[in-house]
Amino acid sequence: MTSRRKVTMVASACLLVSLAASSFVLHRADQLRPQATLDEVLFLSSPTVIKRASLGYDGLMACIYWTRAVQYFGYRHHNYAASYNQLAPLLQITTHLDPQMIFAYEFGTSFLAPQPPHGAGQPQAAIELMNYGIQNNPGNWRLYYDLGFVYYMELHDYTKAGEAFERGSRVPGAHPFMKVMAAQMAEHSGEYQTARMLWSATYQTSQDQQIKENAIEHLRALRVDEDIDHLQQAVTRFGERTGRLPASLAELAAAEGIRGTPADPDGHAYRMTPEGRILLQSPDDFPFATKGLPPGYKPPSKYHRL
Amino acid sequence: MQNSVAHIASNTFREAVRDRVLYNLIAFALLLSGAAILVGQISIEIEKLVVINLGLTAVSLFGVVIAIFIGIGLVSKEIEKRTLYTVLSRPVRRWQFIVGKFFGLAGTLVVNTFFMAIGVFAALLYVSHKFVRSDALILVALYFIVLEFLIICALALLFSSFSSPLLSAVFAFSLFVIGCFADDLRNFAGMTHGLSRWLVTGAAYLVPNFSAFNVITSVAHAQPVAGQLILQNTLYALFYAAMALSGAVLIFERRDLK
Repeated sequence: MTSRRKVTMVASACLLVSLAASSFVLHRADQLRPQATLDEVLFLSSPTVIKRASLGYDGLMACIYWTRAVQYFGYRHHNYAASYNQLAPLLQITTHLDPQMIFAYEFGTSFLAPQPPHGAGQPQAAIELMNYGIQNNPGNWRLYYDLGFVYYMELHDYTKAGEAFERGSRVPGAHPFMKVMAAQMAEHSGEYQTARMLWSATYQTSQDQQIKENAIEHLRALRVDEDIDHLQQAVTRFGERTGRLPASLAELAAAEGIRGTPADPDGHAYRMTPEGRILLQSPDDFPFATKGLPPGYKPPSKYHRL
Repeated sequence: MQNSVAHIASNTFREAVRDRVLYNLIAFALLLSGAAILVGQISIEIEKLVVINLGLTAVSLFGVVIAIFIGIGLVSKEIEKRTLYTVLSRPVRRWQFIVGKFFGLAGTLVVNTFFMAIGVFAALLYVSHKFVRSDALILVALYFIVLEFLIICALALLFSSFSSPLLSAVFAFSLFVIGCFADDLRNFAGMTHGLSRWLVTGAAYLVPNFSAFNVITSVAHAQPVAGQLILQNTLYALFYAAMALSGAVLIFERRDLK
């Protein structure tokens, strides 16, 4: 073996061993340190400063901040976090860097507005984000729709929701249901009916598969909530009539004239506790259902998504 | 006479290729393909936006770095290696040397941008599976980036004609950064009064203005670029590059090369 070849072999071996060793040591050191808190820190929080510092490449910076916002929300959501302090600033920076990034408003609102565990529980921040979006994209009727949606779903402010839908209905090319929604808000009609209409509209008008799936989950959950409401009322009526609780769901169904055993949208029959509470057989299949959940129920992490 | 300029330009291009400048294309290809594959998995909805933004930003930044770091050495390296004396001992005028160097470097950047543009469109096809009419707007953004390069090449040559490579790099890079803030400088001028207003306005017009060349974000959102802007930017880049190049020629003509 020539000396040159020998040096090459030794150097190559050293390189590989050193690389493996440094990776191993770094991995061990990471385990010793507390969980990195980089996502908790915003070194620069002013959107204006970040825009200036991006030297005109603000589109790319917006993509980076959007990815950061998605990662931040996804990580905390997955871990049942109770606070999302950096979410609103991250979304604010993203949209100031690129005010035309429509999906940042749409998804951002769905991250910010819903109460935990489904969102950050910051409907006011969602409204501010949406208003900024409307200010910069006044011709996009979907932003008005999302604004009305937050007012209705999270704040139950029918007047503001109606105003948002009405303003949106005046945008050229707006979907006709915006006018219907505005009227619906004015009438204060049934909660379930309006909510179903909103989610159906979301499903029909969105191009995004994740938003569509989210809408379907909400529609399924609405059906469950409504069923449980009706069945619970039936149990109360049965008690008032007979002075006792029904022995089974079958007895309740027979007394109320309901055909077959009442079942959830997946066909699984509801169950009734000895205290007369109607519960879902498999609550894990309805992550957005608010009724029919066993006491102390916590949804599994796989449902912690958008 | 034009022949000398063409010779110097082609030699400058060949030298840049020999210096493995085009190797940056490999880094660019890795960056874009990595982004195209990875971003869809870690973010939502922005695959196409990232490919366009990242692709065009990389084209611009890689080109600016190449323009500055090659441009600043174009004259000083020739003096250092003493090859300039051989060139000038032939029937080549000093201005021809400067102009030839400029076209050589600009040609290198155009070729580099051409290959990068192919990379951008390939990555775009990968994430979108098809091209749409608005994708043609990317060509306008690429054209503006090339115009930006012309200005930076001319500035790098201007500094290279009288200063050391290190100082030239500092000057050229500083002017690039200031050029990105030129609109702010103009707004600042609007807020001042009297002599300072004149001075700041003068400075705002003297430094290159790169703000108007940056249409990356709007192109990424398929927003059309006005034909007037294309015309104005073309004229501005040509006039500004000509101004910087004339300055370089004036200085280099008077420079004592002994």
